[in-house]
Amino acid sequence: MEKQINGAKIVLQALRDNGVQHIFGYPGGAVLPIYDELFQQEDIEHILVRHEQGATHAAEGYARSSGKCGVVLVTSGPGATNAVTGLTDALMDSIPMVCITGQVPTHLIGADAFQEADTVGITRACTKHNYLVKDVNDLARVMHEAFYVATTGRPGPVVVDIPKDVQFAMGNYLKPTAVKHKSYQPKVKGDMEAINAAVDLIANAKKPVFYTGGGVINSGPQASQLLREFVKLTGYPITSTLMGLGSYPSADKQWLGMLGMHGTYEANLAMHDCDVMINIGARFDDRITGALDKFSPDSKKIHIDIDPSSINKNVVVDVPIVGDVAHVLEDMLRVYKSRAVTPDKKALSSWWKEIEGWRDRNCLAYRKDDKAIKPQYAVERLYELTKGPDTFITTEVGQHQMWAAQYYRFEDPNRWMTSGGLGTMGYGIPAAVGVQVANPKGLVIDIAGEASAMMTMQELSTAVQHRLPIKIFILNNEYMGMVRQWQELLHGGRYSNSYSEALPDFVKLAEAYGATGIRAEKPSELDDAIKRMVDTDGPVIFDCIVTKEENCFPMIPSGAAHNDMLLADDQGLEVEVSDEGKALV
Amino acid sequence: MSEQATATHTISVLVDNEAGVLARVIGLFSGRGYNIDSLTVAEVDQSAHMSRITIVTSGTPQVIEQIKAQLGRLVPVHRVVDLTVECESVERELALVKVSGKGEARVEALRLSEAFRARVVDATPESFVFEITGNSEKIDAFIELMTPLGLQEASRTGAAALARGPEPM
Ligand SMILES: Cc1cc2nc3c(=O)[nH]c(=O)nc-3n(C[C@H](O)[C@H](O)[C@H](O)COP(=O)(O)OP(=O)(O)OC[C@H]3O[C@@H](n4cnc5c(N)ncnc54)[C@H](O)[C@@H]3O)c2cc1C
Ligand SMILES: Cc1ncc(C[n+]2csc(CCOP(=O)(O)OP(=O)(O)O)c2C)c(N)n1
Ligand SMILES: [Mg+2]
Repeated sequence: MEKQINGAKIVLQALRDNGVQHIFGYPGGAVLPIYDELFQQEDIEHILVRHEQGATHAAEGYARSSGKCGVVLVTSGPGATNAVTGLTDALMDSIPMVCITGQVPTHLIGADAFQEADTVGITRACTKHNYLVKDVNDLARVMHEAFYVATTGRPGPVVVDIPKDVQFAMGNYLKPTAVKHKSYQPKVKGDMEAINAAVDLIANAKKPVFYTGGGVINSGPQASQLLREFVKLTGYPITSTLMGLGSYPSADKQWLGMLGMHGTYEANLAMHDCDVMINIGARFDDRITGALDKFSPDSKKIHIDIDPSSINKNVVVDVPIVGDVAHVLEDMLRVYKSRAVTPDKKALSSWWKEIEGWRDRNCLAYRKDDKAIKPQYAVERLYELTKGPDTFITTEVGQHQMWAAQYYRFEDPNRWMTSGGLGTMGYGIPAAVGVQVANPKGLVIDIAGEASAMMTMQELSTAVQHRLPIKIFILNNEYMGMVRQWQELLHGGRYSNSYSEALPDFVKLAEAYGATGIRAEKPSELDDAIKRMVDTDGPVIFDCIVTKEENCFPMIPSGAAHNDMLLADDQGLEVEVSDEGKALV
Repeated sequence: MSEQATATHTISVLVDNEAGVLARVIGLFSGRGYNIDSLTVAEVDQSAHMSRITIVTSGTPQVIEQIKAQLGRLVPVHRVVDLTVECESVERELALVKVSGKGEARVEALRLSEAFRARVVDATPESFVFEITGNSEKIDAFIELMTPLGLQEASRTGAAALARGPEPM
């Protein structure tokens, strides 16, 4: 018989056997046995955060930038409840994560014991799956299963709740054999009939557009490679969601920029007017579709997605293909090539002419200012001075996030980490911590808003402790700018509670943390200041004072159609928004 | 899409009989705003620890497709079949119906129960508890008829259903 080991050792062994090198966590009574095991080994590095929410976002940044699974370790009760925001964030953005939570001993469960929370109950709706392990002999299997479920199919967060007595109990360790779950078997290969039907549509399209999303990133670098090949082969235009940025190089001329609420004019009009839409790993989110009944009314729609529930959820499509992007694209490319398709050159060139007309609107143009720093200008300069294959950008949530998406440019996948689905302010700093752990040599920059940065600022202390030289680049407009913009648009300019009052002096704050603070207030000093930031070895807070009441354009007001965009040179923001539209978020 | 008609569907779900699986299914319905008209669950294969959940729900075809896909996404779910559209099926529900009364009404209740093939499982000089099995419409009809005759309360199991024919689903 195999030697028995305690539950805490089983956890560590399972982590090792699943290739885990880093975990993000925070100790407490209910996980002390696991912390004790961590102390006595050197294979796995533990990054101590300052708040459990930080651990979850750090794990997300780690996962998104490396393609690996993010791992979190927190205690019972408040440790677990603090992790809920990050779990929900990972669920919405399809990020693979395993979160281990401590639990009160099994015989106390249900007794309102000290630091007891119904963790599996609370996290059921914000995880892909969760487990409460009551028997130490289930622990190894559950741990392996958790990694399998988190990383395969549509990735997502998985919670493993382990009572303290189970961590102490002696049991058998099982190696992760080729896991085949009884009921969970995601499908990766697409149906060939559907792929053939899709190729028919693609080959005969006159006004096609590729609409790509986070699924391409989830599928891995191979998927981006295949996407590039396919797009080049067809000569068709391509746009991407916020979550898909980097899967196609933004420098390429077939690239139309991001689409959606704050997407480019050309991308949105191409979506509206196309005759064939090729959705690859995107989920017809409401930030993309706007008014559903006016969404791309005349197109045939192809949808590649690994999750059957994404198909026909918001938009009914003509050719659904359930499968993994890389697998499906490989088959699709093969079929496409074998048919020796020649795209309709004439139709395509007049489609491109139309698109060029939209491009000429130059929708991202903004009025320059030589006295004050425009936020768009700040991101443009940041891009020019920091671009490169080893630069990683995270963001918070708000206007700065949209400006980052619009003015920073990405050539490769896994370089852009943002909270898209949940829109979690406070994501960017801890995410940057995780990215830097996964990419110790990388230049990791959180493009932040001053309000968001305040939500998880304490993780700067994590960065200092672990010598993670992240750069927090705050576009400081002294407003919750995105809220203010909506109040301007929908609530008569009554800026109810959207002003950032009593802000700290960010330079001094950085110094208080043992980091470096840099401030830029004038365009003339911006470049030098950015260079100083890049040249600083340790973590930096960069307080970039920008014009306060700038609005983020283009914008499709909620409830409007793609061809109803507001552009920067439109007069003010006095648009008619229907009551129905106002009720949307 | 919004113009699509809603219809009632019976969905059969085979699941691992593990802790919390019912909470997952119910949480899915409440969290996403789907209707549950009835829901039954019990272990149906002890050695394989499998349970069958039978859900009667209503929605447009698009909503029903979503419900199926969302159920299929739950990790402990093995199979999901829409018995209303994917096959011919049989559906039965059992109800216990308590009727109290004397004289003419009591006689009439007993007479009607025979017409419905209900059985008397409890009787006192002034009450009956009937056991009735059938599809849900039949039980609705029986309860409606009992209402003026002294209906006190009813307990219904919700629908159990299987596909017709020799094969398992
Ligand atoms: C303030 C704010 C403004 C925003 N404005 C915009 C905007 O203007 N434009 C915009 O695009 N977004 C915007 N967003 C983001 C938006 O809310 C959504 O998060 C985003 O549009 C979703 O991206 P996606 O469709 O690529 O889906 P994701 O959330 O990335 O989902 C990926 C899809 O791919 C599937 N998938 C996963 N893995 C695979 C695989 N291996 N193979 C195949 N399929 C797979 C999944 O099942 C899922 O359906 C905004 C967010 C915020 C906070
Ligand atoms: C946790 C959380 N609370 C509230 C919101 C709503 N919200 C969205 S953007 C925003 C303002 C963000 O302000 P700031 O970080 O300064 O960014 P700016 O828009 O000014 O660039 C708020 C409050 C949110 N997205 N997340
Ligand atoms: Mg701000």
